Amino acid sequence: MGKWTRRAVISAGVVAGGGLIVGVAIRPGNRAAKLSKYVAGDGETLLHTWVKLDSDNVVTAIIPHAEMGQGVGTALAQMLADELDADWDLVKFEEAPALGEFANYPMAQAMLLAGADIPDFVLPTVEGALIRTAHVLDLQITGGSLSVRTTGAYGMRIAGAAVKEMLKIAAAEAWQVPVNQVIAENSQLIHKASGRVEPYCAFAESASQMTPPVSPTLKSVDEFKIMGRHVERHDLPSKVDGTAIFALDVRLPDMLYATVMRAPTFGGGIDSVDEVRTRAINGVVDVVQLPSAEVSSMLGKFTYAESVAVVAKGYWAAKQGMDALNIQWRSTENDGVSSDAIFKQFDRDISAGVDRESDIAQGDLVASMENAAQVIHADYRVPFLAHTCMEPLNATAMVNDGHCEVWVGCQSPLSFRQAIANALGFDIENVTVHNCFMGGGFGRKSRPDYAIQAAQLAVSLGRPVQLLWTREEDVRQDFYRPAIQSRFRAALDDSGDLIAWENTYVDKHEPDEAALIPYSVDVQDIGHVRSPTHIPFGAWRSVAHSHHGFFTESFIDEVAVAAGQDPFDYRVARLQHLPRQLAVLTKAAKEAQWHIPLAPGRGRGISLQSSFGSIVAEVVEVTVKDGNLSVDRVVAVIDAGYAVSPDGMKAQIESGIIYGLSAALFGEISIKDGAVVESNFHDYQSVRMSDAPAIETHIINSGADWGGAGEPGTPPIASALTNAIFNATGNRIRQLPIKNVDLQAARESTATMG
Amino acid sequence: MTVITVNGTEQKLQVDPSTPLLWVLREQLALTGTKFGCGMAQCGACTVHVDGTAMRSCVTPLSAVSGQKITTIEGLAPNNNELHPLQQAWIEEQVPQCGYCQSGQLMSAAALLATNPSPSDADINIAMAGNICRCGMYSRIRRAIKSVAGVQQFDPAVTELAREINNG
Repeated sequence: MGKWTRRAVISAGVVAGGGLIVGVAIRPGNRAAKLSKYVAGDGETLLHTWVKLDSDNVVTAIIPHAEMGQGVGTALAQMLADELDADWDLVKFEEAPALGEFANYPMAQAMLLAGADIPDFVLPTVEGALIRTAHVLDLQITGGSLSVRTTGAYGMRIAGAAVKEMLKIAAAEAWQVPVNQVIAENSQLIHKASGRVEPYCAFAESASQMTPPVSPTLKSVDEFKIMGRHVERHDLPSKVDGTAIFALDVRLPDMLYATVMRAPTFGGGIDSVDEVRTRAINGVVDVVQLPSAEVSSMLGKFTYAESVAVVAKGYWAAKQGMDALNIQWRSTENDGVSSDAIFKQFDRDISAGVDRESDIAQGDLVASMENAAQVIHADYRVPFLAHTCMEPLNATAMVNDGHCEVWVGCQSPLSFRQAIANALGFDIENVTVHNCFMGGGFGRKSRPDYAIQAAQLAVSLGRPVQLLWTREEDVRQDFYRPAIQSRFRAALDDSGDLIAWENTYVDKHEPDEAALIPYSVDVQDIGHVRSPTHIPFGAWRSVAHSHHGFFTESFIDEVAVAAGQDPFDYRVARLQHLPRQLAVLTKAAKEAQWHIPLAPGRGRGISLQSSFGSIVAEVVEVTVKDGNLSVDRVVAVIDAGYAVSPDGMKAQIESGIIYGLSAALFGEISIKDGAVVESNFHDYQSVRMSDAPAIETHIINSGADWGGAGEPGTPPIASALTNAIFNATGNRIRQLPIKNVDLQAARESTATMG
Repeated sequence: MTVITVNGTEQKLQVDPSTPLLWVLREQLALTGTKFGCGMAQCGACTVHVDGTAMRSCVTPLSAVSGQKITTIEGLAPNNNELHPLQQAWIEEQVPQCGYCQSGQLMSAAALLATNPSPSDADINIAMAGNICRCGMYSRIRRAIKSVAGVQQFDPAVTELAREINNG
């Protein structure tokens, strides 16, 4: 999901930041007065972009992130409330409106300034420029496991601490006492000497007139009261009684229902549409051809192909109408492309090595390979993957008097707003995006195609329209985790020591460092070649880590086996320079009782992957009996610096593991005739209750910089699983998904000796 | 006209009787707690009770439930002031993430416990097999069901491990 790369934001920041040092200081002052009209209701006072206080002393955190299951509002509100010394029972949160004024400048700040030592007197200037930068970039995204470590660390904590300082100053002035004698505690201001106690809200009005301090004093970890504590998520009661509102649950007067279809072959278009049978269906209102739409973003331009929509008085009639259409699709140059052809192309391009670019190149590879006692090599492959969010893509739109309102669940409300405005030819001020709970996101809901279609339909019909994709369209018109091939060679000396590591893969994606290994190996050459396909790329939970975590942590296992050593011990010996990684891996092995042998037919595998600022190790236990695989247990350990919301972090790790397990066991989008073969949950399967292992998650609070939680659980699971299958059976799996592997077949050799 | 009882209220419906119950609930009756996920009885997001039995409403035509009693997630709690024990357990175990599948999960679990108050792990696997959770909260769902059933919790992998350790 992390498509806002640090590099990209920095380059954009240079433009806006050119004036940072020499330019005019843009003091933001208190922006609350300007923003108040958007978020402050009756009796509420906005004290800071991200904080309001009502007359009942309830603090509301305004969260510039979307809720797609990860519990982001709860964790960020904990960070804000703790620094504010608020009473947790008097804390609420709400999602920031999709307006440029609420662009997420703390996120830009984190990306630009992480590690930079900015003198205090420059900070107001930097803040001003960052607000402008974030605004220009439509930065209000949810992805990259970034929320806690950027918005939380650089926004919510500072906002909470700043508001606390403002309230203390306001109380000191009102009481005519020195500010250092005013204590803030549990949403109350206290002056012990005079016995005065008043709620925060008594000073909201006067505090709102002040300019928030930009570098207020933050708490040390031992002062945390709400961070690190188990708190219940605020959104769950509505998610157990059916009252939570997802975009699909929006009901507007006079609303019509629609479904759409695009050319199955990506890049294809419509030749002709025979609508006769469709229009004869009771309830069908219209058949509409929607034009293609071009979307510009920092990732470059992307064109969404044209589509056919059937609009009806109910979804069922629309669906039947769609089934009754006779559409002739235009032929394309990709009509003959298959998965086989794509993998042959990858194999050819890796072998040719044309324009190979290195991620890292150190030491003399040729000499190391020549002098090796043993060289092993192997090729790994993973297929394309769809996201299959539980809630199929949908959006509801209404156009009145030249103003378009769209209800949607999305990971980037500001860029959706811009994309809709561009597609309709509307001014941005005439588009409002209402972001709803997302029934899953996983990276898919950062692409605005479905929201644009709904808006186009509302314009075309002149009535509110709820557009719902069929699951088949959702699977076949996704933006896919790419298929990847990765080739390895390793040189070992006569003691089994790893002396050289070579790796070439196709298709470089973010994060940059995904293919790198943590192990101390003097000679390394890791690089990639381009091998483009016509299948649209999408950020899929953990992005490039999702495949490199499988490749590198499987091959290091092969190296350990070739060296005749225990895979855990072999890793440990090469992690002595990375104490955090070592601690995580060691704890995982200890909790999983790594060195206690298992019965025949059972096996354990281990894997370690650092991603999105966090370090995760997983140990999987399997049973393989008569060719049937059972994934019995997963032990996971995460070091994300500090767990703000420990149960929320555990839930995210559990979720990341099951998401990755679905892909490892079953996930395969295959291409035939240039189009996706799979269509629904019967042929694109997910882990179900009976497949799900027991999961134990352990948290290490190392005190290192904050890391993410949404994605880091996913990368280690596939390799931990296939390493466990190897341990149980001697069968080394180098191509996912596992459903295609005959586990009863004779064991393969380990890596091919060369 | 088709007559059904939904959450205790009789509904007279002028709808094409071949329409799946899911769309009647969501569009005619504005009961949006029941979700669409696949349209082919593969994911369970649309699960409701028909005369007490868990059914996938996305493939159940209105005509097939004529005269029958339907319960949806909106009608699972005994009254407006009280949650169903499973709903309470779902909060205690912090089960939902995105929450989109949870109406269906709860309806399947409630139907299971209504006929089998102390389900085994195998019983839970069978009863919940039709419900996908893409957020992967299966272990929490299992714990929540067991906490209501009052069954002692055990984990087959851990039990097996303990046996192996005991056997050396």
